[in-house]
Amino acid sequence: MVERTQTDGAFELVDVSVSYGNEMAVGGVTMSIPEHAVTALIGPSGCGKSTLLRCLNRMNDELGDVTVDGTILLDGQDIYARTMDPVELRIRVGQVFQKPNPFPMSIYDNVAYGPRTHGLRGKAELDAVVEESLKRAALWNEVKDALKKHAFELSGGQQQRLCIARALATEPEVLLMDEPASALDPISTQQIEDTIAELKESVTIVIVTHNMQQAARISDRTAFMLRESMDRPATLIEIGETRMMFTNPGDKRTEAYITGRFG
Amino acid sequence: MIAASGWLAIVILAAIAIFLFFNATRSFEEVGLWKMVSGEFWYPTSDPAQYGFLPSEAGSLWVTIVGLVVCVPLGVMSAIYISEFASRRFKDIAKSLIEFMAAIPSVVFGLIGLALLVPWTQKLFNLDTGLTAFSAGVMIGILTLPTIVSIAEDAMHAVPQDLRMGSLALGNTRWQTAYKVIVPAASSGIFAAVMLGLGRAIGETMVVLMLAGNSGLIPSQPFVSARTLPGTIAGELGEVIQGGQHYSVLFAMGLVLFVVTFLVNLAADSVLERQRRRWRR
Repeated sequence: MVERTQTDGAFELVDVSVSYGNEMAVGGVTMSIPEHAVTALIGPSGCGKSTLLRCLNRMNDELGDVTVDGTILLDGQDIYARTMDPVELRIRVGQVFQKPNPFPMSIYDNVAYGPRTHGLRGKAELDAVVEESLKRAALWNEVKDALKKHAFELSGGQQQRLCIARALATEPEVLLMDEPASALDPISTQQIEDTIAELKESVTIVIVTHNMQQAARISDRTAFMLRESMDRPATLIEIGETRMMFTNPGDKRTEAYITGRFG
Repeated sequence: MIAASGWLAIVILAAIAIFLFFNATRSFEEVGLWKMVSGEFWYPTSDPAQYGFLPSEAGSLWVTIVGLVVCVPLGVMSAIYISEFASRRFKDIAKSLIEFMAAIPSVVFGLIGLALLVPWTQKLFNLDTGLTAFSAGVMIGILTLPTIVSIAEDAMHAVPQDLRMGSLALGNTRWQTAYKVIVPAASSGIFAAVMLGLGRAIGETMVVLMLAGNSGLIPSQPFVSARTLPGTIAGELGEVIQGGQHYSVLFAMGLVLFVVTFLVNLAADSVLERQRRRWRR
């Protein structure tokens, strides 16, 4: 397995703003994301949750004409520093997308994709990484006899867990999840949530979700974001312990949102 | 109405085959199909005339091979660049230029070839003449480039953005993403592009007529003058007696060309269909 210096995967965001062209979409977010816990980003559509999430592995860089201001530290290291290679960063910070996006290849090759890119070649080692990752994503028992099968033959929920396994195979410290269950049925959603609960022992998880019950069920901390008018950027309203946020929020707008008065 | 137009294509195709066949019957009776297809000598005006297609077949083969060697790697690489790396501005400009290039008549490419490529070939390889299968092949490769680039680019562009993002998010560079995910995912489209390019290269007439030198000998390598099937037909049809033996032989040659291109397309189609079935699962 890949040896790495043990870091924790804690983020520190200081006054982070994101602009698309000249328009600022997210403004002045300051928050901490603790290691080995699940942090949920909630808020109505268009409140910049996904945009903020994409800052954490610099996927915004790939969209063109997106500028990120402020400071984002991963275990004390500035991830937007000139010396930080986004490719290296993305090995440490994995991502699972909204729609399952397995590559058009076998189950095995999907999981081995990341490690192979990063130089792992031995068959025994790859086998071990693939098995370990599929186990962590709670998919191993269903596919262990069919690793050569094409990934497209799996169900939607299985494909999403395959994508989780694929992201885990590079042994990231952080896993970003952008509404990972929104395209899935309730049973698959349940399985994904169980997987997340087990994974937080070993990785930091940041999850964007539309589903407030989901945030309440799985997260330790919840951040509520809101764009109050179209001519102002979205901001972080508050962040806190999930239980507190859902029982006794500090801000009226949070309370209004979680009790379902808007959004 | 729509069904009728669908059938129309099949009827026209069949009509072409029948038309070629009937005009070629005289040559089948008087010369014989196998004797033409495998004949080594093309002396249509000597007495007795010899109508061997091998010089033209071998010439077509060389010109097509050279053409593909030029246009496939170049075309696929430009398509990768335009689809995966270029800025939007460059992409827009490049795509419209490529479409414009596809619209240039092949006789213009022939002129450019005569003025530049032929003398260069002669000097570079120290030949007696620059009018060779090689020069014609290179020019045909350039001529075919827009077909390959635009179809291959479309195929790569059609690969879902999700896959691209998924690969980048796993810490792959854009280049790794292109060759490990995008090209394999678009392989059927790229294959179709190459096959269409091949079809275009086999059938291309004007450029070979101008650049290949039209020798009657069987070329054993590309650096000699050669003739091709379409080049021979176009070059000689104007000089033969309508309905005569030579005339009929040229129709038999057309029939051979028709069958070859038909088989190329059929092969391409069956591979594409198999790919498509695999994707659907």
